[in-house]
This record gives sequence, structure tokens and C-alpha cells, in this order.
Amino acid sequence: MAEELLKIEHLTKRFDDNTVLDDISFTVHKGEVIVVVGPSGCGKSTMLRCINALEPIQGGKITINGDEIVYGSKNLSSLRQRIGMVFQSYDLFPHLNVLDNILLAPTKAQKRKKDEVTKEAMELLKRVGLEDKAKSYPRQLSGGQKQRVAIVRALCMHPEMMLFDEVTAALDPEMVREVLDVMLGLAKRGMTMIIVTHEMQFAKAIADRVLFLENGKIIEDADPDTFFENPKTERAKQFLNIFSFERSKENEEI
Amino acid sequence: MNWDFIWEYLPLYKDAALLTVKIGWLGIAIAIVIGFLCAIALYFKVPVLRRIVSVYIEISRNTPLLIQLFFIYYALPKIGIPTNPEACGVAGLAFLGGSYMAEAFRSGLEAIEPIQMESALSLGLEKSQALRHVIMPQAVSISVPAFVANVIFLLKETSVFSAVSLMDLMFTAKDLIGLYYKTTESLLMLVVFYLIILLPVSILGSVLERRLRHAGFGS
Repeated sequence: MAEELLKIEHLTKRFDDNTVLDDISFTVHKGEVIVVVGPSGCGKSTMLRCINALEPIQGGKITINGDEIVYGSKNLSSLRQRIGMVFQSYDLFPHLNVLDNILLAPTKAQKRKKDEVTKEAMELLKRVGLEDKAKSYPRQLSGGQKQRVAIVRALCMHPEMMLFDEVTAALDPEMVREVLDVMLGLAKRGMTMIIVTHEMQFAKAIADRVLFLENGKIIEDADPDTFFENPKTERAKQFLNIFSFERSKENEEI
Repeated sequence: MNWDFIWEYLPLYKDAALLTVKIGWLGIAIAIVIGFLCAIALYFKVPVLRRIVSVYIEISRNTPLLIQLFFIYYALPKIGIPTNPEACGVAGLAFLGGSYMAEAFRSGLEAIEPIQMESALSLGLEKSQALRHVIMPQAVSISVPAFVANVIFLLKETSVFSAVSLMDLMFTAKDLIGLYYKTTESLLMLVVFYLIILLPVSILGSVLERRLRHAGFGS
């Protein structure tokens, strides 16, 4: 097994009395693609937000390469630079064009030279097929294009791993594909990723490991073949059934 | 209408207008700074400070400028802080304007989705960098219409300065009416000079609003 990159130990997150994440532990190895699935409200997104310390946690420990990520700590911004995150709603900065969206963090937070980053940004944009959109503003782009820019923006920081929070949930079906292809490309290049998604086919194709979360607990942790074909728990079976349809009989009443 | 009279006292109005503009802009400039700081204190919910700011805003917005000026002009010397009419005018305008500007900026800041801040933070920007490069530019352009309205409102409010014997436009007009009983001429000049000061601001404001709405975020 490759070396450990991200380690989550006994992570507990509560909103007041409501326990959203309950004693979660797992380890992400370098180059591993982990897909997190589960019903809405099971804590998937919250878990990603905790990893990036956008939420305070009530217990447990999160470390990246041995460095602990603590909410509100001083070195948080440098730790966050090592973890790229892409949100469901893209969240490009509307007042900046595509290129400036990408350049902002590398030039301001990492103090890298603008020329050098511009070159890299253009290469990355080319890779996702958007090199001609560098000077466009976010509102001139489609959802899928925005999401690809958001991925490039995160990649340009040279993160050690990426978090994807339901990045295709707000997209039209036709645009889902173009974003998923970019993520598949990343997986091929060996990027370590945690992906929260409802696209089961995609999950099957990209995952090295699937985590099934319910009520803030990991109830299955398996390779994709085992999980999708032969889930251990009844709950996971039920969940997966939602995604398969059977042709309804013609005389069946609805 | 006595045009000779108007011509004769035009320079007096010109001086008064310059004084009004000088004090007006100085007061507004300070009001912008106060408003900006207050809005940030409210936005980040800075403990203690945020309460003080809220109290200030309520006092400032719910008392007339005239009373605020009287307070500054007559009460401050009693506790050993000397004042003069000009400083008093600037301070009064800054005190009143600060709260209006704070509310304008705050509404701009609150219009920005929290996830904009989060996505900036998740990229590894410091909070201050995110505020400066991501939140502020958007918030400022959103608050431009309210901001322009406030500037115009504050410039108009300068008409109560005469109450603390500042020789502004209103003071000059009242003076001339008192001396010569030329009410029509004096008031006409008063209106004209206020328009000369305010119309350019108003026009500039509309241009700015249009540019920010259409050119700001692309197209």
C-alpha cells in the first residue's frame, strides 16, 4: 500500500445536540480515489468541510502527512493550500475573469510569479478544453464550464489531494459528463481524491474504495465491486436499489 | 427680480459654496472610513465592538443632525474639548454619515454568499486576503447605489450648518434676506448653488451605477 496521506481519527461533529458525524475514522493513501456515498443529510458534505476546517469539530483528529488540521489555527491557510476543494455551486469569483480566478490564490497566497502561474493556468485550461475562455467572466460560462474552471483553480495550487463535494449535482445531465471526464483524467494522473457524489455509475468507474455513510457513521468501507455488487449491509442494499429501475409493466397502476 | 443684486452677491455665494463643499467632502470622507470599519466589525461579528457599533448606529440614525451639531458645538467645550464651527460641521457630518455608510457597506457585504468566503479560504487565502480580493470588490459594487444616495443626502444635510454659525450657503442666504429683504433673489441663488454642487454628484453616481452593473462582472 502507498504511504498514508490523510488520516481521520474519531472525527465527531455536532451542530448543537445533533450529531452529524459520529466517531469517523479512515485513512486515505497517496493516489487513492475514495468515493463517499450515502443518503442526503448523512454528513458527507460536512465531512469534507471538516477536512478543510471550514467547520469546527467536537472531537477527533485530522492530519495530512502528519500535520494536524485544526479549525482556527494560525497555519490553516498553508494547510488548506495542500488540499484542493471544489463545491457543488462552483463558487467562482464573479468579479474576476476566468484567468484571474485561477491566478488569485497562487499569486496572493503562494506569492508565485504571475507569468509562471499564467503559463500553468493556460495549460490546465487547455487540458479541460477551456483555453479560449480565459478572459471570459463566470456569468458567461455554462455550469459545466464553471465547474471545470473551479477544478483548474484548485489544481493550480498544486494540492496534495482534492475534495469534490457533489460537483455535478447542480449541472444539466449533458454537462455532468464533461466534468466527470476531467475527474477521471485526474484519477489517471494519480491524484488523491475524496469524492462525494450521487453518480453511482461514475463512482463505480472511478473509485478505489467506497465509503457508505449513514447517520454520521461509516457503515461500509469496501472496494467498488464488492460494494455495488455485494453490499454487506441491508441499508446499503436499500440505498443502491433506489438507483436501479425496473421497467414498469404496462397495466401497472401508478 | 433684481439681477444686479444677484450679480453683486454672487461671490459671497461662491465662497459659501466652496466652504460647504470643503466641509461636506471632508465629513463624508471621514464618514466613509467610519462606515467601512463599522461594517467590517458587524460583518465579522467582532465581540464587544459590534455592540458598540450597533449602539452608535442607532443613536446616529435616530437623532437629527441639528441636535448632533448642537451637542458637539455646545456640550463638548463643557467637558474641556474645544470646538470651532468648521470642525463641528465636519464632526457632525461624519457622525451622522458614518452610520448610513456602515449600513450601506453592511448590506453589500451581507449580499455576498458566505460560500464565496469559504471557497476563497479553501484555496488557502488568509481571511484578510479573501476579504480584500474577493468579498470587498463585490460588496462595494453592490453598495454603490446606496452609497451614492448617502453622499447626496449628506451634502443636503449641510444646510443645517448655519445653526452653528458656519458661513455656508444657508447662512449666507439667511444673512442676505435679513439685511436686504431680497428673499426671492437670495433663495433662488441658494437653490441654484445647491444644484451646482449636487447635480454633478448625482449624474456621476448614475454613470457609476450603470458601469458597475454592466461592465463590472463581464460583457
